[in-house]
Amino acid sequence: MAGLNLNYFIYLLQGAGWTVILSALAFVFGGAAGFLVMLARISRIAAVNRIAMFYVQVIQGIPLLIIIFIIYFGLGILGISMPPLVAAGLALTVYCSAFLGEIWRGSVDAVPRTQTEAAESLALTRWQTLRDVIIPQAAKIATPPTVGFLVQVLKSTSLVSVIGFIELTRAAQVINNTVFQPFTIFGVAGLLYFALCYPLSLWSRVLERRLNVGRR
Amino acid sequence: MSVAVRLDNVHKSFGAVEVLRSVSFEVASGEVVAIIGRSGSGKSTALRCINRLEKIQSGTIEVCGRRVDDPRLDLRALRQDVGIVFQSYNLFPHLTIEQNITLAPRRVKRVHRAEARALALDKLKQVGLEEKIDAYPEQLSGGQQQRVAIARSLAMSPRVMLFDEVTSALDPHLTGEVLRVMESLAKGGMTMIVVTHEMGFARRAADRVVFMQMGKVWETGVAGILTDPETPELREFLANEL
Repeated sequence: MAGLNLNYFIYLLQGAGWTVILSALAFVFGGAAGFLVMLARISRIAAVNRIAMFYVQVIQGIPLLIIIFIIYFGLGILGISMPPLVAAGLALTVYCSAFLGEIWRGSVDAVPRTQTEAAESLALTRWQTLRDVIIPQAAKIATPPTVGFLVQVLKSTSLVSVIGFIELTRAAQVINNTVFQPFTIFGVAGLLYFALCYPLSLWSRVLERRLNVGRR
Repeated sequence: MSVAVRLDNVHKSFGAVEVLRSVSFEVASGEVVAIIGRSGSGKSTALRCINRLEKIQSGTIEVCGRRVDDPRLDLRALRQDVGIVFQSYNLFPHLTIEQNITLAPRRVKRVHRAEARALALDKLKQVGLEEKIDAYPEQLSGGQQQRVAIARSLAMSPRVMLFDEVTSALDPHLTGEVLRVMESLAKGGMTMIVVTHEMGFARRAADRVVFMQMGKVWETGVAGILTDPETPELREFLANEL
C-alpha cells in the first residue's frame, strides 16, 4: 500500500464527501421536481399529463452522461456557464426527477381507486384526498424502490467526474495519475462506494420486509 | 313530502355497453327505498350516479334541489349532502377510527380537534362502537368496519344516504349488526337509498322497492310487491333469492 499514504486517503475521503453532498442535492432537488412530475402525471388535465409523460420518456431515454454534457458544455456554449457542482447538481436533478416521478406515480396508482372514491365522496378536494389519504399510503409502497434508486444515483454521481468535478471517482483518478497504482487506488474507491451504498441496500431490504408483513 | 332525489330518463353506458336505459324514480325526504335486482342489472351504477361517482350520458338527476347532471355543479356541495357507504367499507387503513371519522369534518367543515373527537364519539355511539375510537381499521371485524364507515358518513350530516351492497362482503351474523344500524337510521327519518340483496331488510325497513332488470326500472312499488310481485321477472328473482 505504498501508493496510498494518509494524505491520499484523506483526499479520497473528501471526494467521498462530495459524492454524498452531490447525491443529497440530487435527491432533495430531484425529489422536489419528481414530486411535481408525479403530480403532473396523475393530473386529470390530459395535456399536462401528456407533457409530463413526454418529459419522463425523453429523460429516461437519454444516458445520464449525455445529460451532463448537454448541461455543462451545451449550455456553456450558449453563454450560460456554471461551476461544475451546479452543472452536476442540475443534471442529476433532471435525471432523478424523471425516475422518481415515475416511481411515485406508480405508487400512487397502486393505492386502490376506492380510497379516492371514498375520500372524494366525503367532499374532500382532490388535493386533500391526495395529501391525507393517498400519499401516506403511497409513501409506504414507494419507500423500497425509492431507496433502491438512491443507491443507483449515488453510484451514478461518478459520471460527473468527466466534467472535472472532484468527487470520489475523480479524486481517485487524480491520485492515480501521480502514483499510478490503479488496482489499489480504484479498489479503495470502490470499497468507499460500497461502504456508502451497502447500508442503504440493507435499509431498503428491511423496509421491503416491513412492507410485506406489516399493515397494508 | 318534498322530493330528495329524482332520476328522470337517465341513460348511462360504459363504452358500448348500455348499463342504464331510461331509468326514472323518485325518493321523497325521509323515505327509505331499496333497489333490488340481479348482479349487472345496473342498480349499483344507478346509485353511483346520484353522487356523481359516475357521469351520465343523458337524462336528469336532481338531489336536494341540485342538478347533478349540470356540468357546473358544485360537486363538493353535493357530496356534503349525500353520504355513501360501499360494499368494501373503504376505510382509510393508515388512520385511526377517530381520524377516519373526523378527517372530512375537519378538512371540509373546519371543525376543531376537540369538537371533532366529540363528534366521532357521538357517531360511534350511534353505531355502537364508541370503545373502538382509537383502534385501526384492520383491528376491527368486517361488520365493525362497515359500521364505522356508516359513522364516518353520518359525521358529515348528509341529507341523503346511499348504501351500495353494504352487507355483501359479510357473513350472516355480521350482516345482522350492520342491518340493525341501518334500520335504526331509517326509523330516525334518514332519507336512504339502499342497493341490497337482503330481502328481509327491504321488507322490514323499506318504504318502497325499486326492482331493476337489464338497466331498467322493471317494477316499483311499496315493500308489499316483494310478497305479491306483478311482473314474472320479479317473481322469478324473488324465488331465486330465497
